[in-house]
Amino acid sequence: MSFKNRHVISMKDFSRKEIDYVLDTAEKLEPVARGENRSRLLDGKIVALLFFEPSTRTRLSFEVATQRLGGQVLNLGSVEASSVMKGENLADTIRVISNYADLIVLRHPLDGSSRMASEFSSVPVINGGDGSIHHPTQTFLDLYTIRRESHLEDLKIAMAGDLKYGRTVHSLCHALSLYGAEMIFVSPPELSMPSEIVKDLQKNKIKVKETNSLEEIIGDVEVIYMTRVQRERFLDPEEYEKVKHRLKVTGSLLKNVDSNLKILHPLPRVNEISPAVDATPHACYFQQAFYGVPIRMALLALAMGVME
Amino acid sequence: MKEKRDLKVQAIENGTVIDHIKAGQALNVLRILGISSAFRATISFVMNAPGARGKKDVVKVEGKELNVEELNRIALISPRATINIIRDFEVFQKNNVLLPSYVEGVVRCINLNCISNSSEPIKSKFSVLQSEEEGVILNCLYCEHAILEYIAENLL
Repeated sequence: MSFKNRHVISMKDFSRKEIDYVLDTAEKLEPVARGENRSRLLDGKIVALLFFEPSTRTRLSFEVATQRLGGQVLNLGSVEASSVMKGENLADTIRVISNYADLIVLRHPLDGSSRMASEFSSVPVINGGDGSIHHPTQTFLDLYTIRRESHLEDLKIAMAGDLKYGRTVHSLCHALSLYGAEMIFVSPPELSMPSEIVKDLQKNKIKVKETNSLEEIIGDVEVIYMTRVQRERFLDPEEYEKVKHRLKVTGSLLKNVDSNLKILHPLPRVNEISPAVDATPHACYFQQAFYGVPIRMALLALAMGVME
Repeated sequence: MKEKRDLKVQAIENGTVIDHIKAGQALNVLRILGISSAFRATISFVMNAPGARGKKDVVKVEGKELNVEELNRIALISPRATINIIRDFEVFQKNNVLLPSYVEGVVRCINLNCISNSSEPIKSKFSVLQSEEEGVILNCLYCEHAILEYIAENLL
């Protein structure tokens, strides 16, 4: 399977076979990501990081992934100090940078900006999060975490928190549906999963259940994917306070659960997982953040054609 | 014979007659075809004309046989419209509009945060699907937003 020069824009561009291939590649690279083995796969290659929005984990993990593979990083730096401030459009920025680097990682506030960038770039573009919809490398790392820590096939998973605006859960639902899954959506009604997504899943024969209580379903699932509920989504601050407590994973909630239950979170977390959970074998979210490195290494290596 | 009678009121010698347009959509048909004040040919149209299947609009373009690809865009807002190519006062060819599978630069994406609504040098792009339940669905190729209704309201 050749990924050379392929753009990574949306999870919908990848078949199950292709996703598995990326996950297999990440697994091979994991010892390099941990610093146990050294690699020169990206020797002489330059990866441009164009981040038009703040980001910590995504940008740093792309930097680490490049450096662990022996490549160099070219950073746009602050938008304020760049030609963007002179009014240059993104299409021109991409045309210029694609002549400087071997691959572009783009984060941009507008939806579809990475797709557009791929039309103007002479090198592969990896979407590092555009607008509020796509963040494929996050979904790849979520899938990788589930595969490493639990299993992908016919998974029983609960997704909890802000399911209406949370882009990571939308994309994850789609990807997991390729593996068959049973999904439980846990959210207050104002933040429930969009009905088009639920309908799409049901069309693909995915069992879906909706509820607003974590307690009610915690014994029925193998993975809980928590997301952050933002205060600004609520008109009534009291409603936010109520929801915040109902959608919280605490030590006491986990008292009688199966020992194999895994808890994931794309981070940053605020209140939705209490620190007491961190030391339990259920907590996978820091491991998940680490898995971002081998996944991004795999995508970089495959897109630049240094691994096949 | 019936067709001839239908068209007789303002029969044209040569050109294109778009018939059975959904009532009230004639102006949008002109928009979708990119017909503006700069267009030289004579255009006439009837809105809310009584027809066998209820009210309809009709658009006639004299002296010009319009491009099929452009005409098929009409299916986005009026899937039952028919295209009549007129030569020497006779219907030379009659076809239903066919829904295109892809349109570019015709409809604005309803997602205001979509890159196609910015000042970047690109045109909007959609793949087009026909669903039995929901009718015509446009999927933005940039942001993947689906447009299920208000297509006519978002013509460029």
